[in-house]
Amino acid sequence: MTRFGAGARVRARVADPDGHTRLPRYACGHTGRVVEVRGAWQLPDEAVHGVFRSEPVYAVRFDAAELWGSGSHSVILDLWESYLEEAP
Amino acid sequence: MSGEHSELPVAARVRRLEERMIAAGLATDEEFDDILERVFTSASPVNGARIVAHAWTDPGYRDRLLADGNAAAAELGFGAGTQGYLLKAVENTPAVHNMIVCTLCSCYPTALLGPSPSWYKSFAYRSRAVREPRAVLAEFGLELPDSTEIRVWDANSETRYLVVPLRAEGTDRMDESELASSVTRNGLIGTAIR
Repeated sequence: MTRFGAGARVRARVADPDGHTRLPRYACGHTGRVVEVRGAWQLPDEAVHGVFRSEPVYAVRFDAAELWGSGSHSVILDLWESYLEEAP
Repeated sequence: MSGEHSELPVAARVRRLEERMIAAGLATDEEFDDILERVFTSASPVNGARIVAHAWTDPGYRDRLLADGNAAAAELGFGAGTQGYLLKAVENTPAVHNMIVCTLCSCYPTALLGPSPSWYKSFAYRSRAVREPRAVLAEFGLELPDSTEIRVWDANSETRYLVVPLRAEGTDRMDESELASSVTRNGLIGTAIR
């Protein structure tokens, strides 16, 4: 069971870990919408330390205006469930 | 490794890593050479172009490609090169233009697009593609109407993208191989119209 479904509004957490992550800084704190559930994959942040734990991964679509304050395009990015919280 | 690259510091680092792997019994020099030769002789944008041309001429295949890129690539014999990641084909329409980038590194489906161009790995492309794609496309000579929606797909190691460009008008009489020859690597990345 996944925490978010297609169409859900989600926010990328604000994080600045010391080690590896696949959460790009540009998405942090921004709200997008789940396009689809990709599957369940190992969380890279832990896998680099030899801890192999899978969790749902979501394709999330962000509007440029939300990410950058301007622009009409959108950016679609895969985000692991740990990177996301429900949009306020 | 070719002579011209052997002086680069990264070449020495790669070689040290190879030597460690060989010393640990994980691989041999012959295996490294085999892998490199396989990659550089079979990975080519000609493969992606064949997939696109087949999708243009066979609506059933186009639907299967958009639904499951890995299975559709395997149908045309590219299964081995597209293992280990999710292959997503994203289709351009008159209203929507897709382009791909990998902001964290330089992931893309090498087997179908060939070794990535140096600009695809540059900080400039990786940072600007998500911020101002329209300006980046204009620098590639691709001026899209303001009404065209641009979708930028930020790839990663697990999910890699292939853009299906728009088929040119007036190509009804072209056969599949002629159509395939109209598709470029930049078209498959989304930085050219096809």
